[in-house]
Amino acid sequence: MLWILITLLALGALGFVLGRQRAVASAGGDARILHSLPVYYGTNVTLLTLVPALLVLGVWLMAQPIVIDRVISAQLPDSYVAEAASRDLLMTEIRRLADGIDTAVERGAFNGRHALDLSVGDDIRQQLADAGVALGADVSPEVLQAAQSFREMSGAGRTWMTVAVFALAVAGLAYAYLRTNKDLRARNRVEYMILGVLMLASTLAILTTVGIVLSMLWDTRNFFQLYPWQDFFFGLEWRPSFEGNSELGLIPLLWGTLYISFIALLVAVPIGLFAAIFMAEYATKRVRSVAKPLIEVLAGIPTIVYGLFALITVGPMLRDYFAAPLGLGNSSSSVMTAGIVMGIMLIPFVSSLSDDIINAVPQSLRDGSYGLGATQSETVKQVVLPAALPGIVGAVLLAASRAIGETMIVVLGAGAAARLDLNPFEAMTTVTVKIVGQLTGDTDFSSPEALVAFALGLTLFVITLGLNIFALYIVRKYREQYE
Amino acid sequence: MSMEDAIMNDMTQIDQGVAVDELKMQARNVDVFYGAGGGTRSAEDMAADKAITHAIKHVDVDIADKTVTSFIGPSGCGKSTFLRVLNRMNDTIDGCRMTGDVTLEGENIYDSKVDPVQLRAKVGMVFQKPNPFPKSIFDNVAYGPRIHGLARNKADLAEIVEKSLRRAAIWDEVKDRLDAPGTGLSGGQQQRLCIARAVATSPEVLLMDEPCSALDPIATAQVEELIDDLRSRFSVVIVTHSMQQAARVSQKTAFFHLGELVEFDDTDKIFTNPSDPRTESYITGRIG
Amino acid sequence: MTDMPISTAPKRSLFAADARTVRRNRAERRFRAYGMAAVGVGILALIVLLVSILGNGLSSFRQTYVSFPIELTAERVDPDGNRDPGEMARVTTFGYLPLLATAFEAHLDAEGIETDMGVRELAAMLSEEAPAQIRGMVLANPDLVGQTIDAQILMGGRIDGFFKGRVTMESAERDRNVTPAQLELAQILADRGAVETRFNWDFITAPDASGSRPEAAGLGVAIIGSFYMMLVVLVLALPIGVAASIYLEEFAPKNRLTDLIEVNISNLAAVPSIVFGILGLAVFINFMEFNQSSPLVGGLVLTLMTLPTIIIATRASLRAVPPSIRQAALGLGASKTQSIFHHVLPLAAPGILTGTIIGLAQALGETAPLLLIGMVAFVREYPDLMSVHSNSFPLMGDGATALPVQVYSWTQRSDPAFVERASGAIIVLLVFLLCMNLIAILLRRRFERRW
Repeated sequence: MLWILITLLALGALGFVLGRQRAVASAGGDARILHSLPVYYGTNVTLLTLVPALLVLGVWLMAQPIVIDRVISAQLPDSYVAEAASRDLLMTEIRRLADGIDTAVERGAFNGRHALDLSVGDDIRQQLADAGVALGADVSPEVLQAAQSFREMSGAGRTWMTVAVFALAVAGLAYAYLRTNKDLRARNRVEYMILGVLMLASTLAILTTVGIVLSMLWDTRNFFQLYPWQDFFFGLEWRPSFEGNSELGLIPLLWGTLYISFIALLVAVPIGLFAAIFMAEYATKRVRSVAKPLIEVLAGIPTIVYGLFALITVGPMLRDYFAAPLGLGNSSSSVMTAGIVMGIMLIPFVSSLSDDIINAVPQSLRDGSYGLGATQSETVKQVVLPAALPGIVGAVLLAASRAIGETMIVVLGAGAAARLDLNPFEAMTTVTVKIVGQLTGDTDFSSPEALVAFALGLTLFVITLGLNIFALYIVRKYREQYE
Repeated sequence: MSMEDAIMNDMTQIDQGVAVDELKMQARNVDVFYGAGGGTRSAEDMAADKAITHAIKHVDVDIADKTVTSFIGPSGCGKSTFLRVLNRMNDTIDGCRMTGDVTLEGENIYDSKVDPVQLRAKVGMVFQKPNPFPKSIFDNVAYGPRIHGLARNKADLAEIVEKSLRRAAIWDEVKDRLDAPGTGLSGGQQQRLCIARAVATSPEVLLMDEPCSALDPIATAQVEELIDDLRSRFSVVIVTHSMQQAARVSQKTAFFHLGELVEFDDTDKIFTNPSDPRTESYITGRIG
Repeated sequence: MTDMPISTAPKRSLFAADARTVRRNRAERRFRAYGMAAVGVGILALIVLLVSILGNGLSSFRQTYVSFPIELTAERVDPDGNRDPGEMARVTTFGYLPLLATAFEAHLDAEGIETDMGVRELAAMLSEEAPAQIRGMVLANPDLVGQTIDAQILMGGRIDGFFKGRVTMESAERDRNVTPAQLELAQILADRGAVETRFNWDFITAPDASGSRPEAAGLGVAIIGSFYMMLVVLVLALPIGVAASIYLEEFAPKNRLTDLIEVNISNLAAVPSIVFGILGLAVFINFMEFNQSSPLVGGLVLTLMTLPTIIIATRASLRAVPPSIRQAALGLGASKTQSIFHHVLPLAAPGILTGTIIGLAQALGETAPLLLIGMVAFVREYPDLMSVHSNSFPLMGDGATALPVQVYSWTQRSDPAFVERASGAIIVLLVFLLCMNLIAILLRRRFERRW
């Protein structure tokens, strides 16, 4: 693998030197009559040598394992698959065996011949163990056969890949070299190629979104084939069980999510807004230069830290000083715990966005209000805030979308019990918690219990996307108003 | 006076019909400094400090009631700064310090007992750029009366709003759309709305900081006509860039240059027979 | 009409504040106080958060050891007697346990400390990890066999907690894992100077340990995993992000497609991180069949997550370069590409780097998407990050974990000593973040240009 790369790079370097030389030679040694600088002729050859070859290399490397896996998997006799636990596990075993044999060959324990001649009778497990490769189970003839054809196919694939890549590289080099002469518009060609790369990079953002949507849509579709969508969207019970007959209703999860987000906003919006007003309207430069970064530190702290804070400090405190004395429950993970901690996390989010927005309100409006004898707070309340309102609403919506999508704080602070309840000191759970819950650990991706996570993810994505688009639209409209 | 007349107006048509009334405001030995920070340094001390901008230097001005007084002078001469001294708007600027005495009907407005909020209700202000609040026309005008509690009830408030809009000569244009946003009006209308807003708190003095500089000639004429009208009830102080405007609307004119008050006299005197050579240079266009 | 007075409010002196003004001024002061209180609450929350984490976690950087002589008898550690590490490796840690226990008991005897505890109970005071440590020492240096070494032995989590104040005599009464007698003995040993609590390098370098031995759990694997992922993010996200920004800011025509890309990027920046985890799971693991919990997959997912941040920062700093620079270069006959790569990009570099570091810092603290791609697995051994398998994508690496994920896994363990470990891990994480942000701030200070 490494040597393919090195050889390619060497070819590229060679192309650079050759292209440059040929260009200068075609101009009779006088670089001034070339269309472009000599460097560009070299670069042109290098790029044509490397770019197609590297692209093919990358795609091949990604595609080959997928293709081979599919082929081998298809070759396995169905009856044998039925005996084993699952096709996936079988494939893992085959891959491990193939890897093991390869490693043994690499370490010199087997020679190539011996590796091909292995048969089940040879106690492969022991032989491999002697070569320092541990296998989980004894090898069955089917697995051995599959592993051998696996090795054969990957070996062949690798050979073909090497051939293809080098053929492309050499062809590119030859083509570019032959085309090089003093009138070739080498700079323009190089710049076109650079532009192509830049464009490719900028489409990655779209690809990511498409990937997100497609991957979730696909599995959501699978989920709805196994589980009726009405029961998912309108179900009031969340009771997954791996023996089947799960109740997978969205409502209790959505309720927990919204309840926690609501409490978080109840904490974050007043504090963040008042902090922003203080910072923008009242604070002296010195106070501002200290307080603003301090509050913004809160935004730089990873959510896992807030999660732990909820788990070890806020949760027990709320339970011991509020919930238990008031007789409202004795769970340290609760809606309140997660909501308050999430609110703290969102303070800087609300405050710095609002601060920007309040600062964008023109000074002339404030002057107009002061000129009429309004106090500062009257000016803020009756002129600045109404003027800034759309922007602030946008900021709050963005914060809400954050709260709804937040994971670690609720995983550690809110609990795992899906429940439709009003008591904020009760543990509840959210969409994100259940996504984590259903997808971590050993999961069988054909069961509705695992697939439901994709439907939950899609729901989450749609909600937050809607909020974001709406919020960004409002904020943008607001900015235009004062530009 | 029709609009065309107003535009055509020049120095020959100075309206000097109203007799100058009694003294309304008096400024004595006023100095203003920028970038002075807090503290209680003396005027001499700050004047000597090179890091501090000495924006206004020992200015004395008397402002009479029911008179239009105009401040003229080149850009940066301190005329706007001085205007803002008169209703303590400079208090809202960080690092701005003022020394000297300013009285309103004999009461020192910089006295520690005076609340600038109460002062500004008596000394209203209209700004260079029309700055209607992003509210309805009605709410814009009602803003002052509401915060100062001038109306006893809704009907009262509506009456104040109507009178103010009438006084600002904009009632007929907006009476059918009082609920429309004030920001939707044209520039001239916006400025008259701002004047109505200032008038609504029934101030005793109305300060105007280049109220026409952002307006087109027609709107300017309307506002000038209005200013002349307002003189019947208020003492008006106007800062202007345009000498013609000063000549047209004011009875008294003060000429500022480099932070100093060069000359302060009757408007016709200033424009026809200035006593200071600098005033003459400015009026004839040699400095400015 | 115009001459009618607008209101009939009585004339009042400026010196006397009327009741309404007094009320308004009170409201003003109240409002101001709310603002100050809000800022205060924010800062207070920060302080409480940090104090809580530091208070819980600082002690994980210190660890309790007991030292006593151990005789490494040949018949126990090297039954074949040929000093071959390969052969000696057959003696498992269970073989070393009695060795330690008897040595400990003998030491107590020699010191004249009376105790009525049995060997088993005495051994329970030492960490379950201790035999493995001795075994490691012996295997690394077979010459030790037969000698008596003076070793510092890791003490158990409860004893460690006792010296850190987490475990008390009262709590020991209720605890199945420790008895007051053990604590008393530990205190006696400490009084004699045999017990030492010292800086705990193992916490930073050692791999994770199982749920019953919190005292041995370390962050080594997590730090390496995080570092590898940051490397992947840097290598992929920086060039791609810069390339995309240059295209969008400098070349892209204003049309529906570029508009779509822009809206897309600002939305991607606000998509919940867990959605990226789902993407990674579906695409990289289920579809492309990359290894679960491979740091390469983690790096790829974090790259996709970080890209929008980097693109937004890069575009802002490209926009901050005044057009006059571009025009100057174009005016000299440079091509557009040349003007950008020779002039604009170098000027925007500090801003780009700052944005990149901030994006990396975000990625470093990200947990949720990594849980979904299986990085939460228990990793006992240092992973081979460059491992090459015959049929997988190169550089895939063995399963690893990452700092924030390690915190999460520790919070899921039942032994309360892991709270200390998790908090300690967070301190390490915060120190890394602090360093990265300091670098970003320094870069900004050093190179900030005002046009």
